[in-house]
Amino acid sequence: MTRPARAAGVAGVALGALAFWLALPPVAVRSAVVPIAVGALAALAGAWTISQRELRLGRGAVAAGICGALLGVLATRAGVGNLEGVVVWSALVAAMLRFATPLTFAAIGGMFSERSGVVNIALEGMMLAGAFFGIWGADWGGSWVVGLLVAMAAGAVFGLVHAVFAIHLRADQIVGGTAINFLALGLTGFLFIDIYGSNGTPDLSSSQQIPDVTISTGNDFFSNAFGQLNLMIWLSLALLVVSYVVMFRTPIGLRIRAVGEHPLAADTVGISIYATRYAAVVLSGVLAAMGGAYLSIGFVHSFNENMTAGRGFIALAALIFGKWRPFGAFGAALLFGFSSALAPRLGGVSDWSSYAVLFQALPYVLTLIAVAGVIGRSIPPAAVGRPYEKQ
Amino acid sequence: MGDPGSGADAPQAGPPSVAARLAFYQRAGGVVTPLLTGLVAFAFGGVAVLATGHNPLTTYRAIFDGTGLNWLFPWVTGASRSLAASNLQQTLLLTTPLILTGLAVAFAFRCGLFNIGGQGQYTVGAIAAVWVGSSLHGTPGLLHILLAIGLASAVGALWGGIAGFLKATVGAHEVITTIMLNWVAYWAGTYLFSLGGPLQSSTQSSVPVSNDVVDSAKLHVFWGDPLLQGLDVGFFVALAALVVFWIVLNRTTLGYEVRAVGYNPDAARYGGIGVRRSYFLAMAISGLFAGLAGAIDILGWQFNLNVNDIQASTIGFIGIAVALLGRNTAVGTFFAALLFGALVSGTSTRHLDPTVFRPDLARNLTLLIQGLIVLFVGAPVLIVYARRAWRRLVGAFA
Repeated sequence: MTRPARAAGVAGVALGALAFWLALPPVAVRSAVVPIAVGALAALAGAWTISQRELRLGRGAVAAGICGALLGVLATRAGVGNLEGVVVWSALVAAMLRFATPLTFAAIGGMFSERSGVVNIALEGMMLAGAFFGIWGADWGGSWVVGLLVAMAAGAVFGLVHAVFAIHLRADQIVGGTAINFLALGLTGFLFIDIYGSNGTPDLSSSQQIPDVTISTGNDFFSNAFGQLNLMIWLSLALLVVSYVVMFRTPIGLRIRAVGEHPLAADTVGISIYATRYAAVVLSGVLAAMGGAYLSIGFVHSFNENMTAGRGFIALAALIFGKWRPFGAFGAALLFGFSSALAPRLGGVSDWSSYAVLFQALPYVLTLIAVAGVIGRSIPPAAVGRPYEKQ
Repeated sequence: MGDPGSGADAPQAGPPSVAARLAFYQRAGGVVTPLLTGLVAFAFGGVAVLATGHNPLTTYRAIFDGTGLNWLFPWVTGASRSLAASNLQQTLLLTTPLILTGLAVAFAFRCGLFNIGGQGQYTVGAIAAVWVGSSLHGTPGLLHILLAIGLASAVGALWGGIAGFLKATVGAHEVITTIMLNWVAYWAGTYLFSLGGPLQSSTQSSVPVSNDVVDSAKLHVFWGDPLLQGLDVGFFVALAALVVFWIVLNRTTLGYEVRAVGYNPDAARYGGIGVRRSYFLAMAISGLFAGLAGAIDILGWQFNLNVNDIQASTIGFIGIAVALLGRNTAVGTFFAALLFGALVSGTSTRHLDPTVFRPDLARNLTLLIQGLIVLFVGAPVLIVYARRAWRRLVGAFA
């Protein structure tokens, strides 16, 4: 019974996406009936899936159908000319990757920390530290390599502080993380104003910026989307594969997960809880800071007070939405990156400009829905947030 | 400090729930912890000031004068006294919402929940208050104020209640849900007041701001010039909220249940207390306090809500530091709110003498001090270690 039900559920989700896609270029259906009909079909498939007791998938399909129909109807109301300006798929893909990269770094960092049993809501602060110290290092050392290394070191220091308080001092990990966020905000702002004053950070020379990797310079879809991406974007994809292999295919990963799920059992078989957690939390600081350094010396080429502006929290959301798995987190980061890439473009369309802002709330709403268990429940590692005391 | 036995100070190897650590943390040293923490944090801040080549003492002195707390000294007279009075009014204007957002964190904390959502609850409260306050023309003043405050509190309670509901029903961690709700409130507010948004000003079409609150719905200013942001009666509402907080927690069945759940949810459930109901109510009441803070800021001195106000506000986040430093008690919250209100107001561009220390640097100094306080207060074991080291030191000399 479950097989056809699952297939119907997946088809429903796909139909929901189709409902929106049909209204966009290159197809650009102009009649509101089409997305409504396709969306309704998706919802029907979802309803049938629910009746077959595949609740989560069914609800997901219903939600996808409704969202797809709504977005599709919205799209049919805008002029095709406007839409073609907004929805250039290759540019959207490139922008999506650019927005998703800092999130990917931080989310994967958060995965290591949380899989080992230490809650890390300090990703935001670690990322901010990476952003500031990245540009400071690049300015001081005259090279982006130095900048990146300084950023990673700064992230490691913040990670270490979080680790000491969470592991040895057994402080509440959420309180500690909140403190790190305040500290990073204050420290980077303090140093930024003390060192650079009201002039802001200096212009970076090309050797101080993380370079782009040029693969192809043509004008086809592939070249426009992937031909000229920043080195850090490729690095994040490599990190993704490596972290998956480490976490799920090596003894190291098994240890990290054991420490996060059942520390007492792990301790009994001789795994050092403290060493594992320290390593994981420091690593999370390093990775989050790399995401921050990408922002400052790879993407924007300057620094501002509080420039991460909540991206660390979106990364946390991506981690939860992706169920504490590398590819899940990456998928969520791509989704959130897509909404970030689309929002400013929608702002350019006159009928939509005020709605575009609402797109920015999408990652948070989706995460709320995810933790509420509507579309597949996100269950954290069992021992996350609990300090471990040696017996 | 009523710890029995000198050798029994070692941190208990108790069950690792939030509530158990909370209980330990409440016991770990009365008012000594917050005082020590504050001193250490200010000392660290002094080092940061020193590193920029300024004298920390004169800087702290200038910040203190900027807070207006020197008004309390009888020997300050004449022009400096009236300046101090106006500075103190600003400090207390900031203390007011901080008391309330501090209570929003503290109340949930007493139930074993960590409410990071004070900021979002504050924002939705402010949005509701500005909407009611700037519409419904012709409503009698007091009724208008009550309507605005009532709706703001209700919306704040709803925002907190969502997190409480999700915690009670599906067990979603309140930290995650409140962080997400903060950002939803942030973007919803940005949408409502941005150009072309549904609540954007009808008179200024090119400014992302709400309509102004009508005069009759503004709170009465009882100290200082109403045109120069004097202190409004909202301050007394915050003081009353402290009393209500104390009474509800210590003298009602609800408060008893909330505290019981905070100490040990399993024992509370075994004792017949509705744990889920307590989670929901604690979060809703928390949100109510924060929503009230938003309403009082709007009706007391802001009178309109700008997109920048929503995006730059940190009142709810400072509330976390207030509650932690105030050890989640009514009296503690008052003094912690006063401290942070004074810090923020004393380092503002308007009050800090720029020839002594740059206000934009000092603003970040405030954040640093805040971060250090939260960091140290969150690790009660540190105090135990410090006390043990102190005893050893004293023992070595005795």
